[in-house]
Amino acid sequence: MGFKRKKGDGDGEEMESAGNKRPNFNGTERRRSVILPSMIKNKDKRAKVYAKQKHEKKVEKQKKIKARDAAEKQALELGEEPPQKMIPKTIENTREADETVCRPDDEQLFADIDADEFNPVLRREVTPKVLLTTCRFNSTRGPALISELQSVIPNSDYRKRGTYDLKKIVEYATKKDYTSLIVVHTNRREPDALLIIGLPNGPTAHFKLSDLVLRKDIKNHGNPTSHEPELVLNNFTTRLGNRVGRFFQSLFPQEPNFRGRRVVTFHNQRDFIFFRHHRYIFDVKEDKQSGTKGKDGAGKERVKPRLQKCGPRFTLKLVTLQHGTFDTKAGEFEWVHKPEMDTSRRRFFL
Amino acid sequence: MQHDEVIWQVIRHKHCSYMAKIETGIFCRNPYNVTGVCNRSSCPLANSRYATIREPDAKGVFYLYMKTIERAHMPKNLWERVKLPRNYEKALETIDKHLLYWPKLLQHKIKQRLTKMTQMRIRTRKLHLKTREKIMTMPRREIKREPRREEKAIKAALLDKAIETELLERLKKGVYGDIYNYPELEWNKVLDEEKQLAEGVEEEEEEEPEIEYVEGYEELEEEEDMEDFSGFPTKMSGFNDDEHDSADEEEDDDSEDQVVIHKKEKRNSRKPDDLGKSKKKKRVVVEMEQEDGDLIRTLKAASF
Repeated sequence: MGFKRKKGDGDGEEMESAGNKRPNFNGTERRRSVILPSMIKNKDKRAKVYAKQKHEKKVEKQKKIKARDAAEKQALELGEEPPQKMIPKTIENTREADETVCRPDDEQLFADIDADEFNPVLRREVTPKVLLTTCRFNSTRGPALISELQSVIPNSDYRKRGTYDLKKIVEYATKKDYTSLIVVHTNRREPDALLIIGLPNGPTAHFKLSDLVLRKDIKNHGNPTSHEPELVLNNFTTRLGNRVGRFFQSLFPQEPNFRGRRVVTFHNQRDFIFFRHHRYIFDVKEDKQSGTKGKDGAGKERVKPRLQKCGPRFTLKLVTLQHGTFDTKAGEFEWVHKPEMDTSRRRFFL
Repeated sequence: MQHDEVIWQVIRHKHCSYMAKIETGIFCRNPYNVTGVCNRSSCPLANSRYATIREPDAKGVFYLYMKTIERAHMPKNLWERVKLPRNYEKALETIDKHLLYWPKLLQHKIKQRLTKMTQMRIRTRKLHLKTREKIMTMPRREIKREPRREEKAIKAALLDKAIETELLERLKKGVYGDIYNYPELEWNKVLDEEKQLAEGVEEEEEEEPEIEYVEGYEELEEEEDMEDFSGFPTKMSGFNDDEHDSADEEEDDDSEDQVVIHKKEKRNSRKPDDLGKSKKKKRVVVEMEQEDGDLIRTLKAASF
């Protein structure tokens, strides 16, 4: 018998148009009127069909944009408000709803906050005292970062590591009345991880450190003074994030000296915590925006803060958060990063 | 019949699967080998009378394994094993006893092996008491994925802008007290707001057009020390008070309450509302303080 005609062979076009013209049988059964290019086996024909579809889509999109712009312009001219602008979808917009996001009216949250480990420090009953150290095998960049951290965090000391066990160091620090211990871990001669341990029995947070830029490598860097810095903690929304944010807060003294004009920022974005250290100053600038501002034209003065980078900057990512002090085997982990948490691009935990 | 020589010829010159040739020498990977080298006298397959010391499970117990010609035809029962005492000298004596009339070379090699293994055992036990770092690996795709995501997060974060807006907010709220004197700007702002109220002209957003839901959940540590949050109500109701030093500002001196949550409302979600009100909202940050529910309610009432 004759050979079987393949679906798309030379008849792609015909089928397409036939598909388009196919009548609706009472609306119940209706074949797809658009042929997917992937259904066509002939490469030449397939490419053509695909190119045509793409072109059509593009034309449609351009038409929509034009129509939108025209409508807006027209509305502005007429003095009415322009139609609503569309909101682009960002990852932050489309973030998966998380039930642990802190809400302002959550009493249990406040109860928890009252009972957590940072409370004495944050209530100013205890001034924070920080002990910095490195991992066992030292390298050149480790101590550089440490010395910079010493200038960022007021009231901090550095001790060489030696070969002491971490648990012993924790004991020692508790005895000497430190409130937190920071261990900078290096891997392949670069600082790699940060282990922040709250004392006496505070949580242990293990962060992965990346993208480190030391002060000497920053152009036009400012020099930090010894005033106590201000803290800015952005975007710590969930319960876990709240806890981590308070953890950072407990490293710094709670009375910032505004005259020092130093600000230390921990900005959380998509589970990456960006650490920045600036000196700021408020400038009065002429605002020369015209037209869009409405009635006030040029000449309006605005206060703008200006930032000068100083100090190290790096990125942290939380790996584990453990309830007590450092104890990997017997400790109670509040949060551990597992690879299966990364499956969704819209889900963040901090 | 003893056919060691034949075995050796075949193995060595043809193929032995236990042989491992490295640049430094030829080694034998047979677990029953005494020296570990591939040799005519060290090959467990090519010697019908042979002995070794092995530690079958890693428990720290050594056994002396012996094989004799008499059992050469019974592979299952070929190796006879004797447990060696923990004590090094006693173990040596045991070896002497069992390998009494055996070739001197073999005895010597076995004693050497015992020495080495004892030393290893001591060292392992010492190391076990110390803490050592465990190296964990991450799959490659994660190693590649992290920096990519980090870069995108940096771009989305707009750090400088975020910090600047935050500082400006604090300035406006009066957290800095009287350090900075920008009275004319305050008056300007106040006048602006009044004008806008009056005319009801829509105002352009000040924030960046990229609409990011900045739910800046920030904690102001200086909250307590500070004069206070200047006037949420003052901003809303009357614009007569100077924002910086109003005496009747709300106090937030409670030590428990350190949480201030800024909620910047989604600008565009407001657009469908009455624009007169919404644009006013845009200027003002809705702060909800956690002191008491009444506060929140009153504030909300004031806003409408």
